[in-house]
Amino acid sequence: MSNELKIELGRRYRFAASHRLHTSQLSEDENWRVFGKCNNPYGHGHNYILEVSVSGDVDPATGMIANLVDLDAFVERHVLEEFDHKSLNEDVPAFREKVPTTENLCIEIFQRLKTFPKARLERVRVQETGNNSFEYSGEKPQGDPQ
Amino acid sequence: MVLLTRKIEFSASHLYHNPNLSAEENRRIFGKCNNPHGHGHNYTLEVTVAGEPDPMTGMVLDLKQLKEILEREVMQRMDHRHLNHEVPELAGQIPTCENIARVIWQLLDPKITQGKLHRVRLYESPDLFADCYRNGASAAGTQ
Repeated sequence: MSNELKIELGRRYRFAASHRLHTSQLSEDENWRVFGKCNNPYGHGHNYILEVSVSGDVDPATGMIANLVDLDAFVERHVLEEFDHKSLNEDVPAFREKVPTTENLCIEIFQRLKTFPKARLERVRVQETGNNSFEYSGEKPQGDPQ
Repeated sequence: MVLLTRKIEFSASHLYHNPNLSAEENRRIFGKCNNPHGHGHNYTLEVTVAGEPDPMTGMVLDLKQLKEILEREVMQRMDHRHLNHEVPELAGQIPTCENIARVIWQLLDPKITQGKLHRVRLYESPDLFADCYRNGASAAGTQ
């Protein structure tokens, strides 16, 4: 019965960070045209919500896919400690070159969390504001229709 | 294919305890969820059904019918109940979000005869939830 079903555990986390959308590959004018007020040289911030989904067998002894204590500690160490109350451009090496859009943020967070040893990372979803959210579930050439 | 989602809320108590483990192991694994007197949550359940709208009614299934199924299968079983002691379908299982979501899927799946059950999402709190799908189904499009 349980083989017919796929169960995922979803957990939400919060972090606040600043960023500036800017690329050295474009002129000042082009940066302004493409990124608008997100190109403000002093940056601006968001209260991000990160949603992490993992899947795996539900351990009959615990009823859990993964113990939340382990998942929380992993996300804290690999994402929140480095992102919360930081400047994404200045404090996160991946964004020295890459533009810290929420698309790129999803990919970066996915890369950091995919080594979670206790369950399989299915996807990350990052909400930048109440009106914008982005999802990434890795590159899956086979199997997953999306 | 169109996805239709109905949300309901119920309140229930539970505790996590595995009688095959020692008291110390139970405390170590389950932490404060192991409190012997239990604790409670306001659960939010989102049930998503997939199907083609009926050409005559324009509906995947009648929401009133879905509401009645949810009332009968979930609310009457779980609302204002102790999940460890009063829900036979959960007997012998730790009533985690994962297990409750699976039990709810198993209760609803045979009852939904118009359209097909696509996803059961159960929130224990706004920051913790479990999703249940048919294996191989796409998780996309239901946020």
